[in-house]
Amino acid sequence: MLSLMSELGRYMSARRKWWLFPIIAVLMLVGGLLVLAQGSAIAPFIYTVF
Amino acid sequence: MRILGISAYYHDSAAALIVDGRPIAAAQEERFTRKKHDHRFPANAVRYCLDEAGLDLDDLDHIAFFEKPLVKFERLLETYLANAPRGFRSFKTAMPVWLKDKLFQKRNLETALRPFSRSGRGISDKLLFAEHHQSHAASAFYPSPFEEAVVLTMDGVGEWATTSVAIGRGSTLETIKEIHWPHSLGLLYSAFTYYCGFKVNSGEYKLMGLAPYGEPVYADTILRNIIDVKPDGSYWLDQSYFDYATGLTMTSPKLDFLFGAPARLPEGKLEQRHMDLAASVQKVTEEVMLRMTRDLARSTGIENLCLAGGVALNCVANGKILRDAAFKRVFVQPASGDAGGALGAAYAAHTMHAAKSRRIGSGMDGLEGSYLGPAFSQPDIESRLAASGARFDVLDDDALLDQTVARLDAGDAVGWFQGRMEFGPRALGNRSILGDPRKPDMQKTLNLKIKFRESFRPFAPSVLAEDVADYFEMGEASPYMLMVADVKRNRRRHSTPEEKSLFGIDKLNVPRSDIPAVTHVDHSARIQTVHRETNPRYHALLSKFKERTGCAVLVNTSFNVRGEPIVSSPEDAFRCFMGTGMETLAIGNCVLRKDRQNPALAANYTQDFALD
Repeated sequence: MLSLMSELGRYMSARRKWWLFPIIAVLMLVGGLLVLAQGSAIAPFIYTVF
Repeated sequence: MRILGISAYYHDSAAALIVDGRPIAAAQEERFTRKKHDHRFPANAVRYCLDEAGLDLDDLDHIAFFEKPLVKFERLLETYLANAPRGFRSFKTAMPVWLKDKLFQKRNLETALRPFSRSGRGISDKLLFAEHHQSHAASAFYPSPFEEAVVLTMDGVGEWATTSVAIGRGSTLETIKEIHWPHSLGLLYSAFTYYCGFKVNSGEYKLMGLAPYGEPVYADTILRNIIDVKPDGSYWLDQSYFDYATGLTMTSPKLDFLFGAPARLPEGKLEQRHMDLAASVQKVTEEVMLRMTRDLARSTGIENLCLAGGVALNCVANGKILRDAAFKRVFVQPASGDAGGALGAAYAAHTMHAAKSRRIGSGMDGLEGSYLGPAFSQPDIESRLAASGARFDVLDDDALLDQTVARLDAGDAVGWFQGRMEFGPRALGNRSILGDPRKPDMQKTLNLKIKFRESFRPFAPSVLAEDVADYFEMGEASPYMLMVADVKRNRRRHSTPEEKSLFGIDKLNVPRSDIPAVTHVDHSARIQTVHRETNPRYHALLSKFKERTGCAVLVNTSFNVRGEPIVSSPEDAFRCFMGTGMETLAIGNCVLRKDRQNPALAANYTQDFALD
């Protein structure tokens, strides 16, 4: 998880997208809740999403 | 410098190995796992690539992944944000997958690669991530025979780009413009593929094959309502007709309303309307591509064009670009889909990241026929066939060619399994089913008895490169079966008034030339030119067939049934042979006849594969 955080930091810095930080934080929080509510990472295939 | 390229976790996983700028090995994972479009980490393909070069992962300088997962995640988040609260269902479906798995792709790659390394260390430092369209562009330009070229890549979507233009000069490759998500020519084609009842990501070929049965009566409707195409070929899609950006389907109810009916169900009845829709979207696609290539040729003054990305597999459009002659020469990457991204990422790491100079091949191009997959030695083939219970004769080269040609002339469908497997979606004479193109019923027989697929689907000809102009309205090489041209006028058969009045699928049974099995209803053919330099054995077979029959053309279709990946090993080939109506099989120097096999080995084979 720490390496992911550092990767995200480097990515936002490289692409100058610091404004994404609060959005990523909120979306990851909501997404995290969805993960907790749902057991599996297996999902139906959506063409453009994955 | 040794670089392994990987494409995975989306569809068509693959691995490719280049050493000092030269491709040594490349293969798609589906060929090993026997699961079509397998998206999982390509462990078997990586193992094969390393074994082919006798290397361990520790011996590599870099490992290049074909796209940037975090930038893709950025696109997802920004799309959800821009469309909120619409798209919550899609968000709810996508987020768990990303948060649990896809965001950790670097770690996942390291874990998956560790078993290939003696030391198990240093993998993270070797990992590089190319951009999706950069991988496509590199896969087309670096192996091309051109010193300078415009590189046009078009597909569904990568990170943000859906279309990109780059200029390649020597070892440099610089992107000059892009069209971004959600405006995508690839997704427009895929949306119509879905609307006509075919599977997205694999049914696009079918839509292209269906187009000549219809009339482009909806092309103006599409251009007026759905896509706004500018004179330079750039375009804008009205998203209200689609659902792919935030929903779980490709098209929205507004598209159903525009065309007066809901989407066709998979395997539902094919009507004239679907053929007309296929013809219409094909015409629009060609219009966009032609406007784009004409403008690029004019504005850059460059004479060469390289194409890659899924849209570059639209060989009908490629043929029109070639004949349009805005560019003097056109090179299309044979593995233009995402599998080719593995090769492109490796090329990009070699030339763009490590700044090594590009190696321009001395022959036709740097791929030398795209025969980059596994081969099997004659003793290995014999022991594998014996273990499978096959009964076979072993012949010398001349006898093998003579017997194969005799069986083809007698009307057999012949499995032809020789040398290294092709990289890319086309069988190019090493994992092919061959037939005599002069036989009027060959298309129907191959479709229904051998391939178990829809009867409307056309077959492609392999022709001796030196004879291509005798059969087709084309003089250029097309070694990768990615150019369509018409059968020569003097070979076409004139239709009777009754035949001319036929519509749709009824046109199928009318012979249209002296090579009817490979002549589509609009007299076109998807041509593979066979060259002595890149495939001497297949060239010798065609030459022998010409010597015996006077015909320098064979029907060449991939060695598989509907829904099955192309065969990779002799065992796969024997299973396919026994499960279909194929009469003869030549693997290496072994020849198998169906009537000599143990019938108990003929399993009900087709049920093993989901329909594509």
